[in-house]
Amino acid sequence: MRDMKAFFLHLAVLAALLAALPLLSAYHVTNVAKIMVLAVYAMGYNIAFGYTGLLSLGHALFFAAGLYAAGMGISQFGLGSAGALVAGPVAGGLIAAAVGLLALRTAGVAFMIVTLMFAQAGYLTVLYFVRYTRGDEGIVLDRAARMLGGVDLSGDTPRYLLAFALFAVALLVNLALVRSPFGRVMIAMRENEARSRMLGYNPYTVKLTALVVSGVYAGAAGAAYAVLFGYVGASLASVQYSILPLLYVLLGGAGTVLGPLLGALLMFYLIDYASSATSAYQFIVGAVLVVLVLFAPKGILGTLRERGLRWLP
Amino acid sequence: MSNKMTMPTRRSVLSGMAAGGALLATGLTPRFVQAQSSAPIKLGFQLHRTGIGAAYGRWYERTATAALKVLNDQGGIGGRPVEIVFEDDGTDPARGAEVFGKLATQANCDLVYGALFSHVVVGTAPRAAELKVPYLVCSEGHHVASGMLNRWTLQPGITDVKSQVQSMAPWVTQNLGKKVTMVFPDYAFGHDHRDFFTAAVQAQGGEVIRQIAIPPTETSFTRYFPQIPADTEVLYHVMVGPAVLTFVKELGEFYGTGDRPQIFGFIDSLEAVNIASPGLEFLEGTHFWEGHNRNKQADASEAETFYRTAVGVDDTGASVSDANEVSTYAHMFSAWETLFTIKDAMEAAGYQGPADRQKFVEALEAMTSFAEGNDHPQGDLSFNGKTHQAFGHQNISKVEGGKLIRVHRTSLEDGYYPDEVDYTTQSF
Repeated sequence: MRDMKAFFLHLAVLAALLAALPLLSAYHVTNVAKIMVLAVYAMGYNIAFGYTGLLSLGHALFFAAGLYAAGMGISQFGLGSAGALVAGPVAGGLIAAAVGLLALRTAGVAFMIVTLMFAQAGYLTVLYFVRYTRGDEGIVLDRAARMLGGVDLSGDTPRYLLAFALFAVALLVNLALVRSPFGRVMIAMRENEARSRMLGYNPYTVKLTALVVSGVYAGAAGAAYAVLFGYVGASLASVQYSILPLLYVLLGGAGTVLGPLLGALLMFYLIDYASSATSAYQFIVGAVLVVLVLFAPKGILGTLRERGLRWLP
Repeated sequence: MSNKMTMPTRRSVLSGMAAGGALLATGLTPRFVQAQSSAPIKLGFQLHRTGIGAAYGRWYERTATAALKVLNDQGGIGGRPVEIVFEDDGTDPARGAEVFGKLATQANCDLVYGALFSHVVVGTAPRAAELKVPYLVCSEGHHVASGMLNRWTLQPGITDVKSQVQSMAPWVTQNLGKKVTMVFPDYAFGHDHRDFFTAAVQAQGGEVIRQIAIPPTETSFTRYFPQIPADTEVLYHVMVGPAVLTFVKELGEFYGTGDRPQIFGFIDSLEAVNIASPGLEFLEGTHFWEGHNRNKQADASEAETFYRTAVGVDDTGASVSDANEVSTYAHMFSAWETLFTIKDAMEAAGYQGPADRQKFVEALEAMTSFAEGNDHPQGDLSFNGKTHQAFGHQNISKVEGGKLIRVHRTSLEDGYYPDEVDYTTQSF
C-alpha cells in the first residue's frame, strides 16, 4: 500500500509537469525544461549524497563530461543529437568510475576535497584546451545539429517534452533504484558502513556503483543541457555547478526522490525573482539556506517525511 | 413585469462575430490603434549588475539611462517613448540566456541589448535566435564577426578585439619596440588578444617573444613577472576583473624604479580604477589603448562634452558626484551609441512592434556608417552588415602627469580585415 501511494504520487507529479506545458508562458516553459534537466543532475547527486552518504564537491566534472561529450561530439565530430544524448551519460559514468576508483579510497572530508580537486582539474582542463573547447567563452551548437527525428529541439515545446521524457525516466528509475535491494544497501552504507560490511556487503563496490550511477545521471543531464539549450561553456564546469546540486538536494530533501526537483524549482525561482528585486539576491538565497539549515535540516520533503509522511521515498 | 430574456440566435451571433472581425481587420478600433501607435517601445538591457562584470555594469546602466533620457527628450523612436528594462545576468552565460528569455517573453521587450562579457554573449546568442529577437551586444569580442553566432546577434556599437589590435599594432611596433611580451588572462578574451596581436605584430616585422597566460583564478601575479624576458622592448598587458588593480600594482613593485621595457596596456586593466591610486606612479610614461578617452582631450568635440555632461562624468572620467568613482569610460560609450543605432534602425525599418523584428535586423544590416555627433560621441563608425560588426577609431594614450593624453588615433581603415562570415545569407 505504501509502495502504491508513493508510486502514484510520483506519477501525479509527472502528470502535473506534463499538464503544465500548455498552461505555462514561453518564459516558464523554458525555465521548467531547464529545471527538469537540472533536477536530473540533482537526482544523480542525491543518489550519491542523499542515499549513499557520499558528500561530493566534484559533480560538476560529471555534468561537464556529459556536456562536453555531447557538445564537442556535435560540433567537432558530427554526432547527431541522439548520439550526443547517449554519449553524455556514458562519459559521465566513465569519468565517475575513474574518479571513484581513486577518490573512494578516502572518506568524509578527504572525499570532499579529493572530488573538489578532480573537478577543479577538469575545469582547468577545459580552459587549457581552449583551442577545442573555446574555454570560458564556450561553444554554440548549431541549430541544425539540434534535431532529433526531424524535430527541432530548440523549439519550446519539443525542448520541454524531451526534458520531461528524460526527467520521467530518471525519476522512475530513481524510485525503482531506492526501493530495490541495492537501494537498501546504499542507505545501509550511509547509515552504518561498519555494520553493512559485517553483513557481507563490500562498501567500496557499493559506493563505486552508486557513484557511477550518479555520474550517469549527471552526464545525461549535461548532454541534455547542451542539446536543449545549445551552449557549452566552462562556467558550467566550474565549482558553482558542484555546489548547485548539493543546494537543490539540501533544500528539497536529501534522500527523497522528489527532493531534487522541488529544490531545483524553488532555488531557480528564488534566484529569478530575488535578482529582479535586488542586486543582493545572493544574500537572500544565503539567508534562506541558513534558515533551512536551522529549522529544517533535512530539507522540505525530509522534514515532511519526518513529521508524518513516512511513506515518502 | 416581464422576465422574458431575448436569447441570441445562431445567425445573430455569427453576424456579430463577422462584424467584429471586420472591424478589427479594417482598423476601425480607434482606442486600440491609438494604444499600439503610442505605446512605449520596450528595450531589454542584459546588465552585468553582479558578478565579475559588476564594475562595468554599474556604468553601463548609468550610461544607458542617460542616453534614454536624451532619446526621449528628442521624441523617442518614431514618435513613441522608449523604456529600458534592466535585468541582472550575474555576468553568467547560463543566467544570461534566462534573462534574455525573461526580457523578451515576460517583459515583452522589442529587443535586448547591452551585454559586454564574451561568455555571456556566446551563452545568450542561441536563445536570441530561438526566440527570433534582435540581440545587440556591446562586447568587443570577435565572436560576432567570426561567424560563430547568428543572424539575430549584432554588434553595431563597438569595435571587436581583432580590429582593435590590428589597427594599433603598427604604431606600437614603430614607436615602442618590436620585441613584445604579452601578459593576458588565460581564457578566450585573452586568447583573442594573444592570437590577433601576435599576428598583427608579425605582419609589422615585429615578434612576440613570450606569451604569459594568467589563470583566471589568480589573485597574485608576482610569480609571473620573472618570466618576462630581459630583452623585451614592449610589455603588452590586458587584464580584466576584480584583480586588475593588484596586477598593475604588483607589476610596478616588480620593476620598482629600475629600467623597464615600454609598457603598452589595454585600459581594461585599469577600467573603473583611479590611475592616480597609490602604487601606480610607475605608469607615468606608459601607454594605453582606450576605446574612448577617459580624460577629456584638448580637442574634445561638442558631442564629447554633451555626452560627459549627460552621463555625469567629469573631465577626468570620474563621476561628477564622487571623484573616487571612476567610470569604465573606454567601453561604456557603446551602451549609449547602440541605443541611438537602435533608434535609427527602427525608424528605417518603420518598426511598429515585434512583428517587425526581422525588418529591424534587415534595416540595420543595410546600414554602412554612423556619423560622429551626439548620438556617436566616440567618433564615426563604419558598419559591415554582412559580419554584423562595427569598426571605429581606436586611441592610444600616454600617461602624462597622471592623465591619459591621446598620442595616436587610428583610422577606420586600419581596423578592416577580410569578412569571415556573411550573416545576410543565413535564414531567419
